[in-house]
Amino acid sequence: MWRAEVGLLFRRVRTRALLLVLVLVPAAIAIAIRISGGPTTGQGPRFLDQVTHNGVFAALVGLTITLPFFLPLAVAVVAGDAIAGEANLGTLRYVLARPMGRTRLLVLKGATVALFCFVATLAVAVAGLIVGAILFPIGPVTTLSGDTLSLGAGTLRIFAASLLVGTSLLGLAAVGLFISTLTDAPVGAMAGTVGVAVLSGVLNAVPPLSWMHPWLITHYWLSFGDVLRSPVYWTDILFNLGLQAVYVVIFSAAAWARFTNKDVLA
Amino acid sequence: MTSELAIETRGLTKRLGGAVIVDDLDLAVPRGSVFGFLGPNGSGKTTTIRMLLGLIFPTAGSFELLGEQMPAASPKVLPEVGALVEGPAFYPWLTGKQNLRRLDAAGPDGRRSTRAERIDAALAQVGLAAAANKRYRAYSLGMRQRLGLAAALLRKRSLLVLDEPTNGMDPQGTREIRNLVRELAAEGSTVFLSSHLLSEVEQLCTHLGIISVGKLVAQGSVEELRGQGDTMLRVETDDAGNAAHVLDHLGLESIIVTGEVVSAQLDGQRPEECNRALVMAGVGVRRLTTDRRSLEDAFVALTGEGFDVAS
Repeated sequence: MWRAEVGLLFRRVRTRALLLVLVLVPAAIAIAIRISGGPTTGQGPRFLDQVTHNGVFAALVGLTITLPFFLPLAVAVVAGDAIAGEANLGTLRYVLARPMGRTRLLVLKGATVALFCFVATLAVAVAGLIVGAILFPIGPVTTLSGDTLSLGAGTLRIFAASLLVGTSLLGLAAVGLFISTLTDAPVGAMAGTVGVAVLSGVLNAVPPLSWMHPWLITHYWLSFGDVLRSPVYWTDILFNLGLQAVYVVIFSAAAWARFTNKDVLA
Repeated sequence: MTSELAIETRGLTKRLGGAVIVDDLDLAVPRGSVFGFLGPNGSGKTTTIRMLLGLIFPTAGSFELLGEQMPAASPKVLPEVGALVEGPAFYPWLTGKQNLRRLDAAGPDGRRSTRAERIDAALAQVGLAAAANKRYRAYSLGMRQRLGLAAALLRKRSLLVLDEPTNGMDPQGTREIRNLVRELAAEGSTVFLSSHLLSEVEQLCTHLGIISVGKLVAQGSVEELRGQGDTMLRVETDDAGNAAHVLDHLGLESIIVTGEVVSAQLDGQRPEECNRALVMAGVGVRRLTTDRRSLEDAFVALTGEGFDVAS
């Protein structure tokens, strides 16, 4: 069933289009840098000035640029659609009458959305690595602390960073899954989920609200860059993992409570 | 122990937003019957079916499917139940075959080893084999309905719940579905068929339940329901005025004259007596027939006239 569920998601043109956009972002940036010759050191988003020296940094630039908007958007689309989309098509009633337990369906949907978080993130990273390697020289990776890692170790760090980005999205995915159980209109659920991500970003930028910042879903998102320090700076990474776990637990429980008691009228 | 009833509800009630949609429903659907669940649009048919399938939760009451208490026995009973609820619903971006594969995989009983075979058989049974590999998006309304039926037939079912199965079908399609339902019933499945089309129900069903504004107003075998109410006498004559006069004199009720036809409720009188009286009175009788009340009359008498949806 898990296979059927995954097949359902990735056979869909929309899912493929989302992934294509995500792949194009690092590619487009790498090409733009190649053509313009790159920014002077210290300008632009993090890691951008490194790309001309070492193509593998295109993966990190890709993650940095897609994380605030493109990735949450893609996750919101998939998570918001999880239950509301089935309700909207009417397929929910047939799946439930098969019968499939509601808890089981929710777990499958949650697992599929989680898988998508990682697939989406890895798509960005891998596209960045490939395009970066084609357009620029690659070699040993200089960390943010100034040390040098071998190309292999550096690439491994980059994959670790993408896994962290994928994990960062799980909290939002859980929020989206919950919103998806509230409505039969998938667009509403998607918009609501994007709204949560945007609101979190906005609140995080308001200094007087600094007391709530550590609790915002997006607050530690950029901590993935810390794996490129030597030694790895763990504090924010661990805070992020803990915070995402809290969001996942709370909103999965809420989604379960809602969905198992819901009248399926669609 | 197997119960005699395929579906039994006791006091089944559903309130939604303050309105009572289904009101104290006591359905008894015998095993092996083709049960027509008949009611005007908005009378609570689909809501009842949704409750039977565990999609919505009853406000009050309980029900059994195939002799098992629901919803506790859902994982055991529902695989035995094939359903078409409120029209077909599939993923537009998958083909007919892919859709059935997914649905089969979703349940606890969809044996993978026999899946391809069962899917092909079901598609052939509803005449959709040729379009099996087309995307659902490209299906016509009738084809979609057929795919919905195919989904209900993915394995042998003890009970089929079909909500308006011929919706959107052309006349040939409707005929095919009718034959299909008969076949399924002959193979031993109980068929619970909801409809607002009396003609459909009349041609297919052995039993009937009539629902109006959420309440079950009658149920029983078709014969029983048709038998309720009086036999009508119908006389064709060139002297309708006198004929009506004679029949009135004999004590018949509700005499109606329409052109050269006089109809009246026999009300216990024998038609032979009526004929003799008419002839004795010099009324030329061209044709004299008795009619048992049609199902349509029974239906209208129980649910009221008019096209308004129930509010």
